[in-house]
Amino acid sequence: MFRFVMRRLMWALPMTLIITFVVYVALRVGTDPLASYLRVNQRASEKKIQQYIETNGLYEGFGGYVRGYLQWLQGFVTFDWPRSIKGSREVWPEFRDAMFNTLRLGLTATFLGILIGLSFGIFVALKPGGLRDATVSTSSFVAISTPPYVSALLLQLLFAVYWSKWFGQSLLPTSGVYPPGHRGFDLVLMIKHMILPVTVVVIQVVAVYARYMRASLLEVLNSEYMRTARSKGISERRVLVRHALRNALIPIVTVAAIDIGAILGGLIITERIFSYPGLGDFFLGAYDNGDFPQMMPWMFFFTLVVIAFNLLADVLYAVLDPRIRLG
Amino acid sequence: MTNEVVLSLRDFRVTFPTLFGDVQAVRGIDLDVRAGEIVGVVGESGSGKSVTFLGLMGLLPKGARISGSATVNGTELVGAPRQVLREVRGRKVAMIFQDPLSALNPTHRIGHQIVEMIRAHQSMSKAAAMERAIELLNDVGIPQPRERARQYPHEFSGGMRQRVMIAMAIANDPDVLIADEPTTALDVTVQAQILEILQKIQSERQAAIVLITHDLGVVARVADRVQGMYAGRVVERGPVAALYDHPSHPYTQGLLRSLPSVGRDRLVPIPGSPPNMIEPPSGCAFRVRCPHAIDRCSLEVPTLRVVGDLESACLRADELRSVGP
Amino acid sequence: MSPRRMAVRRFVKHRAALISLIILGIMVLFILLAPFTARYGVNEAVFKTSPEKPNSFLSPRGIAWLGTDDIGRDLYSRLIYGLRVSILIGLASAFFGTILGVAIGAVAGLRGGWIDDLLMRVTDLFLAFPFLVTLLVLRSVMSNVPWLKPIVGNPTSIRFVVILFVLFGWMGVARLMRGQVLALKEREFVEAARALGASNTRIVLRHLLPNSAGPILVALTFAVSGNIIAEATLGFFGYGPQPGAGATSLGKLVGGAKGALLPGYWWLVVFPCVILILVSLCVNFVGDGLRDATDPKLDGNR
Repeated sequence: MFRFVMRRLMWALPMTLIITFVVYVALRVGTDPLASYLRVNQRASEKKIQQYIETNGLYEGFGGYVRGYLQWLQGFVTFDWPRSIKGSREVWPEFRDAMFNTLRLGLTATFLGILIGLSFGIFVALKPGGLRDATVSTSSFVAISTPPYVSALLLQLLFAVYWSKWFGQSLLPTSGVYPPGHRGFDLVLMIKHMILPVTVVVIQVVAVYARYMRASLLEVLNSEYMRTARSKGISERRVLVRHALRNALIPIVTVAAIDIGAILGGLIITERIFSYPGLGDFFLGAYDNGDFPQMMPWMFFFTLVVIAFNLLADVLYAVLDPRIRLG
Repeated sequence: MTNEVVLSLRDFRVTFPTLFGDVQAVRGIDLDVRAGEIVGVVGESGSGKSVTFLGLMGLLPKGARISGSATVNGTELVGAPRQVLREVRGRKVAMIFQDPLSALNPTHRIGHQIVEMIRAHQSMSKAAAMERAIELLNDVGIPQPRERARQYPHEFSGGMRQRVMIAMAIANDPDVLIADEPTTALDVTVQAQILEILQKIQSERQAAIVLITHDLGVVARVADRVQGMYAGRVVERGPVAALYDHPSHPYTQGLLRSLPSVGRDRLVPIPGSPPNMIEPPSGCAFRVRCPHAIDRCSLEVPTLRVVGDLESACLRADELRSVGP
Repeated sequence: MSPRRMAVRRFVKHRAALISLIILGIMVLFILLAPFTARYGVNEAVFKTSPEKPNSFLSPRGIAWLGTDDIGRDLYSRLIYGLRVSILIGLASAFFGTILGVAIGAVAGLRGGWIDDLLMRVTDLFLAFPFLVTLLVLRSVMSNVPWLKPIVGNPTSIRFVVILFVLFGWMGVARLMRGQVLALKEREFVEAARALGASNTRIVLRHLLPNSAGPILVALTFAVSGNIIAEATLGFFGYGPQPGAGATSLGKLVGGAKGALLPGYWWLVVFPCVILILVSLCVNFVGDGLRDATDPKLDGNR
């Protein structure tokens, strides 16, 4: 196990470098940082432009990309990040704040969503084929077919706009972490602002995990070792918990670790609609401005997260399922 | 044999409701199994042999309907509350399944699975139960049982896994051991070893063993008595030797003809396939495949009656007896 | 499982797929006959009842069944024209994406080796990133490489969006096809064909493709709804296609709902959203029904 993890970790470094290099080239080509710089600084002198190219490593050609990437990487790891193009601000403080906001939103939603989703899945798998099953299965199908911004729009319409029309004041805020102009920490306000975005993400996560859990548990329940377990004369509760649930959860844990990308993807959209200052909003803002210095750290960070969670999925699977051997 | 009857079935029936109608899987079975004997239950797949025993243990999917009577040491199982069934399962009646790889939980250690069986019925500390499990593994011929107990099912070979199943089944000294096709998934050489272990259990522990199989060869090797089943009914039963020498029911005759043996040039399979059990044929269910069927066969449901040393459910048993296999 | 439950389940399942198919059929009929079914042109303002009364932001009423938008256009008619563009994009990109995916998956499965490794790594990478991020990066690369311009066209054209979705959408099918090829490769009929000297192309076209038609058809169906949603997502965030002057798509219509939210023009929010959910739900249900129908391994329980 230890050797496996070490080997995978050793692989992770070149993987990260290759992926981020590809991303670097894609962003250089796609967002053209120099053009973005010229758009913002229209009267920049020839000398200043040349200086900007030098400091940011915006050389052309494949060799130029490699050189530029290495220069960027050096700055990145020594925490000497280039400033944003728009407003020439420091990237890290904004990135850090966005990260904490996203973590707060994402962890809450993921935790709640998986918990509720798994419960639904178990609830349905224990009595498949009935009205209960049809209701939950159909609802989760509807939820999966509904993009997050659509549910967000409908929730906003109901709880913010029409609620205030009918009852005089809006029930839940629809944007930000705090009301405009608010200073300091206020837990109640913060939670109030999180309710709608969390709900939007939770709906998706619940639907996905209810389906996963239902399928996984049904497969286990139909397996022969369940019959053996019952033939032993142990309690039905023990049969379900020790034999069925435990085994049904193994593939789910793995999926959950790999799914982190999809969940974060849902977060990006949700953050945008609720003007929630998280990483998704950060990325889309940077994309709109063609702000290369803001997008690259985002991509690097995300690549690391994806690789780390993939590794975690492999390790968890091996720990939980004795049939998997790590070679 | 004069031992007491430990397992007794009377007019035992199992029906599965489906979309297309009720499947009458078992249609009135009588059976007595005595302590210390091995009874072979033989038939093609779909004859209702496995369903009978899963049914009396209450292990069939929800929706299956069971009627008649099934008693173990006098305890009625049909319609018994869950608590009664739980005490019977694993304690009085234990089961061994066909495919030991899928029948053992892949994520639990072997030792733990046996310990769970022991502790379900005996108040024993985990450590003591583990010692007992290791002893059992040793009894069924698993080398280095202490190390093996810490391993998982996938680390065992097919034969070794079936030994584990047997060790688990005898953990609580059950009165009846139901072995459902225990050797079908195994190599021929391993088959012999497993059958030997079953015989050893029979003689040493005086357990009654029900051997469910489609293989008459297996039955011939170890069973004392045979019960042949077709379409959810008993067609013929009696001592093994008598059934092999003078089978009187065309179905048993067919089964014997389809068996490889020395001095036989070719195997003759039974033509046709088992009937649809939603609407089984009237009268004798075998008549549609039977070479000796007469008009009366479709009118009358033949009951078991004594023909020589056997009991046979064929209207023409007396005349066919002389034909031989 | 009891027979009644089995019946309920099959009924519900098949009924959902069947109803979805009927709804989709009606929708397709409506968009094909758009000049007749739509009451106004896509860019046409609703007739003013009197010169003083404005025709913008009318709530649903007789002259505009689903209300009007900010410049007085009929939402019902615009939904029909928007749906037409969205379904066209969904179908076209799913179709070409599936073809590309089948080709790549077949090559990966048949060739094996480093080609296989490379393709699967690329697939992993694409699938790991949030799809909106991948789409946006891909989109900006496509629109900023000069020599691609004549092929992909303007970033706001339908062609561009279709090519974008095709480039993004082949991965799932490629994986599926690769798995099918690997499984089928060992089967006797393929071995036999190879022994008879059949070429790889021939084996794929004559043997592997027909044998994996079911799963591919299912994947194609899900790709249609996936691409309709993807178009709507791009449109919602303002990166979608701008098909012609005044023409519209579901994405644009749903995106337009943002501005209608606070003033409380509910119809501009609710109707586009409902149509989008309905289309993707129906297509998904049909895909689910197809999966049940084409997969013999699935019993009533799954």
